Amino acid sequence: MSYVVEMLNIRKEFPGIVANDNITLTLKKGEIHALLGENGAGKSTLMGVLFGMYQPEKGIIKIREKEVRITNPNVANQLGIGMVHQHFKLVENFTVTENIILGSEPLKGMVLDIDKAAKRIAELSKHYGLNVDPHAKIEDISVGMQQRVEIMKMLYREAEVLIFDEPTAVLTPQEIDELMKIMRNLIKENKSIIIITHKLKEIKAVADRCTVIRRGKGIGTVNVKETSEAALAEMMVGRHVNFKVDKKASTPGDVVLQIDSISVKNNRKVMGLKNFSIEVRRGEIVGIAGVEGNGQSELVEAITGLRKVESGEISLNGKEITNIPIRQRIDSGIGHIPEDRHKRGLVLDYTLENNMVLEIYNKKPFAKFGLLNGSAIKSYAKKILENFDVRSGEGGVSIARTLSGGNQQKAIIGREMELDPDLLIAVQPTRGLDVGSIEYIHKRLIEHRDRGKAVLLISLELDEVLQLSDRIAIVNNGDLIGTVNASETNENEVGLMMAGVNKERSV
Amino acid sequence: MRNTIVSLISIILGLIAGGLLMLFIGASPVEGYTYLFQGALKNISRIGDTLATATPLIFTGLAVAFAFRTGLFNIGAAGQMLIGGLAATAVALTMDLSRPILILVMVLAGIIGGSLWAFIPGLLKARFNVHEVVSTIMMNWIAYWVVYYIVPANFKGGTETESKLISETASLKMPLLTEMFQGSYINMGIFFAVLAVIVIAFIINKTTLGYELKAVGFNRHAAEYAGMRVNRNIILSMLISGALAGLGGVALYTGNASSMQIGILPSQGYDGIAVALLGANSPIGVFFAAVLFGILYSGTGFMNAMIEIPPELANTIIAIIIYFAATSVLIQRVFNKFRNTKTNSNDVAGPVGKKGES
Repeated sequence: MSYVVEMLNIRKEFPGIVANDNITLTLKKGEIHALLGENGAGKSTLMGVLFGMYQPEKGIIKIREKEVRITNPNVANQLGIGMVHQHFKLVENFTVTENIILGSEPLKGMVLDIDKAAKRIAELSKHYGLNVDPHAKIEDISVGMQQRVEIMKMLYREAEVLIFDEPTAVLTPQEIDELMKIMRNLIKENKSIIIITHKLKEIKAVADRCTVIRRGKGIGTVNVKETSEAALAEMMVGRHVNFKVDKKASTPGDVVLQIDSISVKNNRKVMGLKNFSIEVRRGEIVGIAGVEGNGQSELVEAITGLRKVESGEISLNGKEITNIPIRQRIDSGIGHIPEDRHKRGLVLDYTLENNMVLEIYNKKPFAKFGLLNGSAIKSYAKKILENFDVRSGEGGVSIARTLSGGNQQKAIIGREMELDPDLLIAVQPTRGLDVGSIEYIHKRLIEHRDRGKAVLLISLELDEVLQLSDRIAIVNNGDLIGTVNASETNENEVGLMMAGVNKERSV
Repeated sequence: MRNTIVSLISIILGLIAGGLLMLFIGASPVEGYTYLFQGALKNISRIGDTLATATPLIFTGLAVAFAFRTGLFNIGAAGQMLIGGLAATAVALTMDLSRPILILVMVLAGIIGGSLWAFIPGLLKARFNVHEVVSTIMMNWIAYWVVYYIVPANFKGGTETESKLISETASLKMPLLTEMFQGSYINMGIFFAVLAVIVIAFIINKTTLGYELKAVGFNRHAAEYAGMRVNRNIILSMLISGALAGLGGVALYTGNASSMQIGILPSQGYDGIAVALLGANSPIGVFFAAVLFGILYSGTGFMNAMIEIPPELANTIIAIIIYFAATSVLIQRVFNKFRNTKTNSNDVAGPVGKKGES
């Protein structure tokens, strides 16, 4: 059997952490190989080594059975290795063709030969079923198509080995199916693929073999056909993982959040939320189900004070809060796990310690007479980071930016939970997390409910809403379509309501 | 630590480049630098002059660095200096008070003048999102013409372009200090400057105010999310920055000098940006960077007198140092490469640094 890529006993250290410890990964020609591991397990680092972004301390890399030293990404490109990054590297106001030829522009005499390139791109697109318009501008095309442009970039450069870094994180379910189809086409053409992921479903759907790493160590490589999702999860996390959420029936108490027919404008200055009413009681989780952009963000920002309410009333524990400042809302018991952790959730250039007191830095014991108390902050942060298993190079003094996305998310959730808010608003709390962390976060959200607090859950993952919520409110185009009891509904019913089909029954 | 090394390397590279320039015009670099440093540090009086030259730079450097730490680019230090200096001069020329009180009122006037001049761009930024770079530059020219109009109209001195000289009671120069430094024009401005360095370092690093201002500077969306009043912080930050620059004006016009000239934007305003850059925006760094600039500026005359090296060379060296400091990313990269070949384990990005960048 011939291998296109062999990474043997790779070791890579960073200050304070061994990111890869003796990991071996082999890629056969024409296979899709999944690289599975928790957030921060060392997947991206390992691929960074293969792509020439990092130099390993130990270990050998062989490409087509020849030992090589990949000192930078250009060398990787020359060896026929291409990478689709999680965050695309495209010039927004360039066309597809201009983006693809960037760096290796074809010339006709002294001038660019765009037409030739565009023709070739159109051919490639047809050949691999990518369906990319060479003349479209990046800013005008969907995220899914942008990803296909990234794939096209590699094909244009005749890459043989394609690395996908968590390619499905940004895609809708339909786009994911599409991507899987493209991947299968690619291996038919004798390309080989490594896909970094922590989504087990996708591995089962598309991969041939799977290498699992845990905390920087190689756990093993398995044939995907001969294993189960549960077994893969156990290899990845190191213990049995429970996919089903265990929870008792809710015992709702007093109303914590009362929203009375509020209307809120969206970024385009039209009403994004219209006459919306809902209540959340102590001891229950209310989920908001809906397709992205149907008023969820407006709702969350209206409650947290980040957006002005045009009409209607919001009260918390019986007190009106419609127009009070954000800080007062936090003080009166609102916790908020924000949708965008980089934009809202963290000051990326602050240390983790400083981020852990973002809302309470000016309160005792963290501050006295306007002076910060470093040791109180340190021990408070340490408690959260340990509790929520946030892994970082240097603990609390790590800069937030250097953490992996999953660990950043865990830190934010830990911070908000530690405030013990009467109302916890969790927006996409498990986005980008691995199964182990998801299980843990779900458990904590339910514990929060069981302590008699209210939870408002906004998630685009219907599974998550169905499993966690006690009641589900469905939004469509800024309207409340209806509210159903989670125990009396199913995916179909909620799905229909998400599409705007109004049911007579409501709770 | 890393910043310090980068700044030191920039300085050394700048000096080397300056030496090459001296060679190029046929002078000996060793001799040139000997005279340059002698000119700045040869005797106690020259050291005094060097410190006095550095004083306004410390203030403007702090002003720019403080604003920068909170995410604002204050290009208007020159205008804030002018108005601060004008306010202090006006007090000095019109009020008849005992010396300690007069000086106190002058300092307060300088603080108020400078912060008023920075308040306007701060307000525009907070309310209408007007970029502070544009508005502070505009305010520089308004200050320039305000001085141009007010000084001849109200405080006309010996010539058309100069204000009256302030009295000795009003001057920041202290007889004791002048004597100690054998006739140098050093004055109590340097004490105010050192005090300002300490106060600003304290505010930035130890107080909730500093925590808040920095948070707004790094990520105003997250600051807003956490309940901080972003707009109030922008204005507050500009006020403090402007107050520092205003104090720089007080030190320049009522300490180093005894009158104001019209038709000149003080070069210390823009030099403050360079000082802040070289000092890596840390108050202590700003102090040392300003002293270095002081040495280069005050030594250059002596160098020019002793050998045929034009005084513009000091400016050239400063410019080169700033180029190296501004391209510190390059220096860091070379530095890392050097360390990597030794230990091969120093990717600064950390294991997953790439992910967080977006």
